[in-house]
Amino acid sequence: MSDRLDVRKTYKLLINGAFLRSESGRSYEVTTAKGAFLANVAQGSRKDLRDAVVAARAAQPKWWGATAYNRGQVLYRLAEMAESRRDELADHVAQCEGLAAKAARATVSRSIDRIVWYAGWTDKVAQVLGGTNPVAGPFFNFSVPVPSGVVAVICDQDSSLEAFVDAVAAPLCVGNAVIAVASQCRPTPAVLLGEMTATSDFPGGVLNIVTGLTDELAPILASHEDVDGIDLGGVAPGEASELSAAAAGSIKRVLRPDGRDLSTSLRRLRAFVETSTVWHTIGQ
Amino acid sequence: MTERQLANSQLGFLDYDPAPESATIARLQPSYGLFIDGKFTDPAGHEQFASENPANESVLATVAQASVDDVDRAVASARRAYTKVWSKTTGTERAKYLYRIARIIQERARELAVVETLDNGKPIRESRDVDIPLAAAHFFYYAGWADKLDHAGFGADPRPLGVAGQIIPWNFPLLMAAWKLAPALAAGNTCVLKPAETTPLSALVLAEILQQAELPDGVVNIVTGDGATGAALVAHPDVDKIAFTGSTEVGRLIQRSVATGDKRLTLELGGKGANIVFDDAPIDEMIEGIIDGIFFNQGHVCCAGSRLLVQETVADEVLRRLVRRVEQLRVGDPIDKNTDVGAINSAAQLARIQELSAFGESEGATRYTSSCVLPEKGYWFAPTVFADVAQSHRIARDEIFGPVLSVLTFRTPEEAVAKANNTNYGLACGVWSEKGSRTLWVAERLRAGVIWANTYNRFDPTSPFGGMRESGFGREGGRHGLEAYLNV
Repeated sequence: MSDRLDVRKTYKLLINGAFLRSESGRSYEVTTAKGAFLANVAQGSRKDLRDAVVAARAAQPKWWGATAYNRGQVLYRLAEMAESRRDELADHVAQCEGLAAKAARATVSRSIDRIVWYAGWTDKVAQVLGGTNPVAGPFFNFSVPVPSGVVAVICDQDSSLEAFVDAVAAPLCVGNAVIAVASQCRPTPAVLLGEMTATSDFPGGVLNIVTGLTDELAPILASHEDVDGIDLGGVAPGEASELSAAAAGSIKRVLRPDGRDLSTSLRRLRAFVETSTVWHTIGQ
Repeated sequence: MTERQLANSQLGFLDYDPAPESATIARLQPSYGLFIDGKFTDPAGHEQFASENPANESVLATVAQASVDDVDRAVASARRAYTKVWSKTTGTERAKYLYRIARIIQERARELAVVETLDNGKPIRESRDVDIPLAAAHFFYYAGWADKLDHAGFGADPRPLGVAGQIIPWNFPLLMAAWKLAPALAAGNTCVLKPAETTPLSALVLAEILQQAELPDGVVNIVTGDGATGAALVAHPDVDKIAFTGSTEVGRLIQRSVATGDKRLTLELGGKGANIVFDDAPIDEMIEGIIDGIFFNQGHVCCAGSRLLVQETVADEVLRRLVRRVEQLRVGDPIDKNTDVGAINSAAQLARIQELSAFGESEGATRYTSSCVLPEKGYWFAPTVFADVAQSHRIARDEIFGPVLSVLTFRTPEEAVAKANNTNYGLACGVWSEKGSRTLWVAERLRAGVIWANTYNRFDPTSPFGGMRESGFGREGGRHGLEAYLNV
């Protein structure tokens, strides 16, 4: 067997449900934590991001228009797909993050469990974040959490899978479409998970994953007029201010790392939802 | 007889004698200082500016122009009160202070209504029946939250943010102060409130009320001034949170300004609300709702139903009835209890309304303006309806913030939703139909923070209010309103 040549994989962008090379034709080299060659990865461009925003905008009403039960099933299906490819994910996490095999497997297990956690949230979030309001008058008044719309996620640079899952599944869970910029130096676990969405009944465009240089891609999304919110979790602290300022141009919702532990609160779920309140008259 | 003559002749025998409320009830002082550390104090530069009655351009009182140093003093006072007093005050005690404030507002309601009407130009009917009772209700509602924060859905023992800087607009001066202060204090924050330049007086009466309630010194500080005062508050390094209600343009500047630090921010900005009328809507209620949606408070309402979308089959009849109803609106002295539409708040706002309305005609819309006689002094704009408006017209896109309605038509529910959402704003919409299933179908698809079905411009302290998209983020009112002032 040792004389068989590997069939290597091409790591592509995920835009509008299709796996594409960057329209720019660019790619960059990704190495393992130890410095060995791992892959040539597509280096996304401004045009790729624009295409991703267009795809996300078009897909979002379909995703939100599906039942919450259905969105939960799709997310759970992603967990099923990831479960069956645990070893492959663990291998990539180990190589990218320089973890021992056991630690990498534990990371993958936690990541998959997190997807399951969010899958269960889709049809509960309205009950927890919404409700009826006892207004002083003859009206039935209720508030529902609705998605912000199109959310850009600048993913954590270190935690290639676990943080990626947390940052991406939360806005998806509440009905947003997402454009994720994967960890620049450790992108392959995110790309693998993106491939799994192709067999998880995700409508094309709901989750788009772009690999490339964070410094180049993040400002494009932060200033894009048709992006409703941005998670700056993977941005260096010094750069978050500038990107937040750019996001003010279209009054984006901005989630900035501030040292608080997001895993124990619902802050990720609340970050990219809007409360919509309906008043309806009551009468005969 | 033309429609207009008919309306006028009807108005003739329905005319009322003037029934003015007494302006002396306002008991205004000739001049006011800054409310810092529980006392009215002279601003560092001793500079005062006039607050005028927009209905007759007379000076009501002079108020202090707060400088950067004054803002610093107010923030220091709020910080001291937070550290030494308010953060150690139990929820039960905070609640009782807020209940006291609510009660005193109720006791002094008539005085506050007159102050509001004199300073703002809104009809006394509205300040008396809407602004003041709702302000009291907000304090009453949030009082009850102060000792129940553990149960508000943000986890156990949610902490306040610290010092909140709050900048409010001129359209509902006291009500906006209540919307900002009540949840902030209930959650355990201390405040520096900056009223609008043209309407500072009711907030200063509120300062007297806070003194009567014996709220500890420095828990609420009120700094009057122009935009520079607000900018100083936004830039102050010891402010933990900024809450702003005002234009999208200024909101954008504030969001950009706080991007460099770790201040929390909530924004309640502009809107271009669509009021969607289906052909099965009950027409009498719907006409009143459209009128209320755009002419309430002279249209100085961020959630105003300023774009009327009418189903084509009833468009002619709705327009005919609307024009007739507009002709019947009583425009004039705000202090008269019969008045429906009062004065425009300032010369600057009047100029903006005139400028944008001029685009209506030059871009090809058909203008109907009430033939009402406008007073000679003061700032006035006759209620106006534009028909034949296209989505590309400026009067269909820009927030006019005045008594000007743009009427567009649609054929199908899908088209109504598409047109309603064709804006960068996302604050409020109305839907008029007798068919509940269709109303809910439309409501689900509107990108708006508030949707009124078969009603418009309703507010309640239990009901979250706030926008999507470029109308801002964060909610005021209800359980949701607490989130803006808690570290959660």
